[in-house]
Amino acid sequence: MGQITLQGVQKSFGPVHIIKGADLDISDGSFVVFVGPSGCGKTTLLRLIAGLEDVSGGKILIDGKNVVDTPPAKRGLSMVFQSYALYPHMSVRGNIGFGLKMAGLPKDEINRKVEAAAATLNLTPYLDRKPRELSGGQRQRVAIGRAIVREPKAFLFDEPLSNLDAALRVQMRIEVTRLQKQLGTTAIYVTHDQVEAMTMADKIVVLNSGKIEQYGSPLELYEKPANLFVAGFIGSPKMNFVTGELALQRGAATIGVRPEHLRIERDGGGGWQGTIAVAEHLGSDTFLYVDAGPLGMLTARYIGELSLHAGDRVSLLPDPARIHRFDASGNALRG
Amino acid sequence: MARMATTRRVVISTAAAWLFGFLIFFPILWMVLASFKTELEAFAIPPSFLFFHWTTENYATVQERSDYFHHAMNSIIIAGGSTLIALLIAIPAAWSMAFSPTRRTKDILLWMLSTKMMPPVGVLVPIYLIYKSFGLLDSRIGLVFILCLGNLPIVIWMLFTYFKEIPRDILEAARMDGATVGRELVYVLTPMAIPGLASTLLLNLILAWNEAFWTLNLSTSNAAPLTTFIASYSSPEGLFWAKLSAASTLAIAPILVLGWFSQKQLVRGLTFGAVK
Repeated sequence: MGQITLQGVQKSFGPVHIIKGADLDISDGSFVVFVGPSGCGKTTLLRLIAGLEDVSGGKILIDGKNVVDTPPAKRGLSMVFQSYALYPHMSVRGNIGFGLKMAGLPKDEINRKVEAAAATLNLTPYLDRKPRELSGGQRQRVAIGRAIVREPKAFLFDEPLSNLDAALRVQMRIEVTRLQKQLGTTAIYVTHDQVEAMTMADKIVVLNSGKIEQYGSPLELYEKPANLFVAGFIGSPKMNFVTGELALQRGAATIGVRPEHLRIERDGGGGWQGTIAVAEHLGSDTFLYVDAGPLGMLTARYIGELSLHAGDRVSLLPDPARIHRFDASGNALRG
Repeated sequence: MARMATTRRVVISTAAAWLFGFLIFFPILWMVLASFKTELEAFAIPPSFLFFHWTTENYATVQERSDYFHHAMNSIIIAGGSTLIALLIAIPAAWSMAFSPTRRTKDILLWMLSTKMMPPVGVLVPIYLIYKSFGLLDSRIGLVFILCLGNLPIVIWMLFTYFKEIPRDILEAARMDGATVGRELVYVLTPMAIPGLASTLLLNLILAWNEAFWTLNLSTSNAAPLTTFIASYSSPEGLFWAKLSAASTLAIAPILVLGWFSQKQLVRGLTFGAVK
């Protein structure tokens, strides 16, 4: 079991409020990603759950029990650190088995569990090596091995993939997701990368300056962002925002359209007109950055190749069903 | 061509390194050679390099005139004792400053170092009077005490920079793994800190072994370490170069051997923090 509930959790460092009251309900077995720009408090929130920082207010419940006064080791959670934090003087076997040794398990049981974990993570040939003799990806796997071997109530991941190169990151992303589904253990994963958040999460928590902006499934966040911040943060390239007359016509202060919901037409009929400033041809997609005069710069995405170039005039036609409307304070307007 | 140029550069830099090393080593070599000369040959001009009448009589005289082993024992006790006490005080101090720094940590460290900027002679008179009143003059415990205090800032600085390099994440990982503070110390911190502790200990031992100002001023015979023993050969009646050299050779021999066997640790200690 690994149900984690936050009730009004606050954290301040002196006069600085890092977390301004977080309420969250994480159900057992789910994969929840905390995402937000740097400095938004996502890592602090994770460390509060881990017990590496003390809360300034509120409750953290794990399986219904308030753990704010419980030391980290007694909370039954395990953590994978951004820097891996492997013990440099211990072998892979020693690293993975350290938690079990501290728990006082008999030696043969530790060995059995360590070897099982190593087999799951393809680490068997490296069991007797030291961390410095391993590649980045292997070190990462050892860190994950150390987390899974203790069979915790939940895994906490603190930007674990940010030190890996792009190709390895994608591969590890898939491995971590698969492992979590296979073990069925609750996982909380912190990242600043919204692509990681969208691809890995069952549910995403979007944080901004210490506040939870929205909590929902990836597609909910994409289709129904609660406010301007979430709308701008989720989705790549970013959503286009238009203010002024066009927004007022639709009864909103700001309207937003995702680049993929703008139909691109060569100059001519209606829509929002502009000149292409930059055209990016990826083969699979074409991204156009269009200078639309009073509307500002707009981004449009076309699936496939579109032979338009910088300087060409285009019209952009927003899909009326997929226009997001926001009021003056930035909250989404529905209906 | 590039390869030839590289080879030539290697040859030149190797030769330069040997030359430089030899220049630095030369005074020590000269001292050792002089210790095997007669007093007359020791200051003969032009000096003889290797072809002189080799003799060990200086060593015999030195041992006869003053008890080498007595002074060597004093040196061991004073250097060893002051180093151990300094480490015992510095470890918790450096530890707390490295792992729970406050706004004032930097200031405290600088203040500690600033005490080393004052010339010791400035406080010689008060210290001498204090030692006199407490009956600490010419006592081993007095010298242990003053050398320990004198080197403490450097020991704390070295350990502080060393401990700072231990990533916090690893300590937190150990806490998540259920290690109590005691077990964290035994299984994680100590193994990671041993190289730093060892190099600090060695360097401080050498500093204390060679310390001459306080040992010369605060000891005469009973507690006199090897530095005082050497100095006793430069007397108003004139310099006895050969005997002075023999005494010096005897005095540096133990620390030279220690230094030789711990070169790696020492270099690491001295360059620590320079490169990641």
